[in-house]
Amino acid sequence: MKSSRRKFIKLAGLTALGWSVCPSLASARSNRYRKIPGALKADRWAMAIDIQKLSDEVMQKAIEACHRLHNVPDIDSRQNVKWIWVETFKPLFDDQVHAHQMEGKEKLPLLTLCNHCDTPPCVRVCPTKATFKRHDGIVLMDFHRCIGCRFCMAGCPYGSRSFNYSDPRRFLNNDELSPDYPTRSKGVVEKCEFCAHLVDQGERPACVEAAEGVLFFGDLSDPDSEVRRVLRDRYSLVRKAKLGTEPQVYYLI
Amino acid sequence: MLEKAIKGSALYWIWLLGLLAVIGAGFGAYLTQLEHGLTVTALDRDVSWGLYIAQLTFLVGVAASAVMMVIPKYLHNHQAFARMLILGEFMAVATIIMCLLFVIVDLGQPQRLMNVVLHPTPSSVLFWDMVVLNGYLFLNILIGWVTLQAERKRVGPPRWIKPFIYLSIPWAISIHTVTAYLYAGLPGRDFWLTASMAPSFLASAFAAGPALLILLAFAVKVFAKWDPGREAIQSLAKIVTYALAAYLFLIGCKIFTAGYSMVPDKLAHWQYLYFGLEGHTMLATFMWVSTAAGVTALLILLFPKNRQSDNILAFACVLVLICTWIEKGLGLITTGFVPTPMKEVLTYAPTGPEILITLGIYGIGFLIITVLWKVGIDVRKEIEA
Repeated sequence: MKSSRRKFIKLAGLTALGWSVCPSLASARSNRYRKIPGALKADRWAMAIDIQKLSDEVMQKAIEACHRLHNVPDIDSRQNVKWIWVETFKPLFDDQVHAHQMEGKEKLPLLTLCNHCDTPPCVRVCPTKATFKRHDGIVLMDFHRCIGCRFCMAGCPYGSRSFNYSDPRRFLNNDELSPDYPTRSKGVVEKCEFCAHLVDQGERPACVEAAEGVLFFGDLSDPDSEVRRVLRDRYSLVRKAKLGTEPQVYYLI
Repeated sequence: MLEKAIKGSALYWIWLLGLLAVIGAGFGAYLTQLEHGLTVTALDRDVSWGLYIAQLTFLVGVAASAVMMVIPKYLHNHQAFARMLILGEFMAVATIIMCLLFVIVDLGQPQRLMNVVLHPTPSSVLFWDMVVLNGYLFLNILIGWVTLQAERKRVGPPRWIKPFIYLSIPWAISIHTVTAYLYAGLPGRDFWLTASMAPSFLASAFAAGPALLILLAFAVKVFAKWDPGREAIQSLAKIVTYALAAYLFLIGCKIFTAGYSMVPDKLAHWQYLYFGLEGHTMLATFMWVSTAAGVTALLILLFPKNRQSDNILAFACVLVLICTWIEKGLGLITTGFVPTPMKEVLTYAPTGPEILITLGIYGIGFLIITVLWKVGIDVRKEIEA
């Protein structure tokens, strides 16, 4: 008799535990993929850069819009942080360059940023899932989970990632801080995020808005999207295609 | 058994105090790094791993020397290693602790270290490196302590420890392999992107680890008045010779692939490493010293007569350590990053705080080796008295 009472109490306890835990688990799950009203939706976001229309002015506007919005510090050293910046044709497309290129083409300045690869090596190597790929293809960072091991920087073949070697807030002007994006702490990695926070509010990335008509942004899986249209009409390149990372930033030649 | 660590000669205590001073200096430098961030290092956007991760790479190799005695003793019943084995296991403990410390000081957010455990990510090689390094540490502490305790009580080691000893053999191989895979699986880092990374790590490990063990054994002979046994040291010397030959051969293979294929992405790294590019030749100077040391050591060790002379053997072992330390501890990591993805060439030269922190961690390692070896050797003296 004694042991059966024990059993009964055990069972009752477990039932009570189950009753209290299960509903909260269920509700936690339903909250997980909260739908944001008005968000732009895509199966695979991509960007195309029209290199014929790129001018110094347009590039500076795009960089300025991005770095201002995201509170990206300007540090005058090799420990700098860059989300979108200017590089010339030769380093970007090293495997496409030969000795008898059209005059000046090697030194042609272009924009470069995170390629939001379809098979991103940075995501594969991250030991904490602090960098991850969303369902719509955008590769994001969780600044609060990143331990600062910089494996992703070694993994990225494009040099698109920056590490906060020091406190970035030291290099930002408090009066000019953008309220729309958090500043980061020292010791974490960061990079372009295709303005996922804007996309989720129904807006296009800041650089695309700033460089009117020169940068295209859209859903690659939608045959009628702007990106698909320009890719159909124009010859295009991606960086280091042979590595199989499937970059999603296209350069329209 | 630990009580043996607190009963020592004046020399023992002076040595420990000296090490503590080095550790203190390193710790001070680490506090500065914690305060200001990794900006106190010479790392940057392009060379994002440097001296710390390079030491991890080198020391993972040294940790392996234990298995080079476990295999002959337990698989081939080569009893010459019976007396010395404990020293190899304790050295593995110290070197693995150093490895883990080098990972921690390299982190931008060390207080979030446990995220690796809280959010385990099997796709990340770093996650597996954490698993194998901690596992190897645990195995060596367990095996070392249990077998030493059994010896002290003058009984055979308990039967249940055998599976752990056998497990430690593949586990030792795994720590190099996984550490090599940290580098060997990254697209776009052509210098590292080669199947020969893991074999080359193993070869250099089996040369550097036993070489250090031989040198420390000579030190023990002088300072602790305890002889690990001539046959054990001679067997280790043979292992160093074979491993060094394999290691140099593998480097030659890598150079052939890059040099004969003449693929620019591969070749540029080797040119940077051995000749320098665009005037950045600092590393090249070191590399020639490394190669010269390695080849000279092999030429010395190839002749049994040289190996049998303690002084010449010690000299050759120093050369082996110089060769492998420069290659792993300086050359391998930087060269993977240079030329950069944007084809820039630069020189990475560690800063003062970086070097102090590195020395501090080596100080901790030597402190652990000293204390553990003191215990191990005193127990052996007790048995043999």
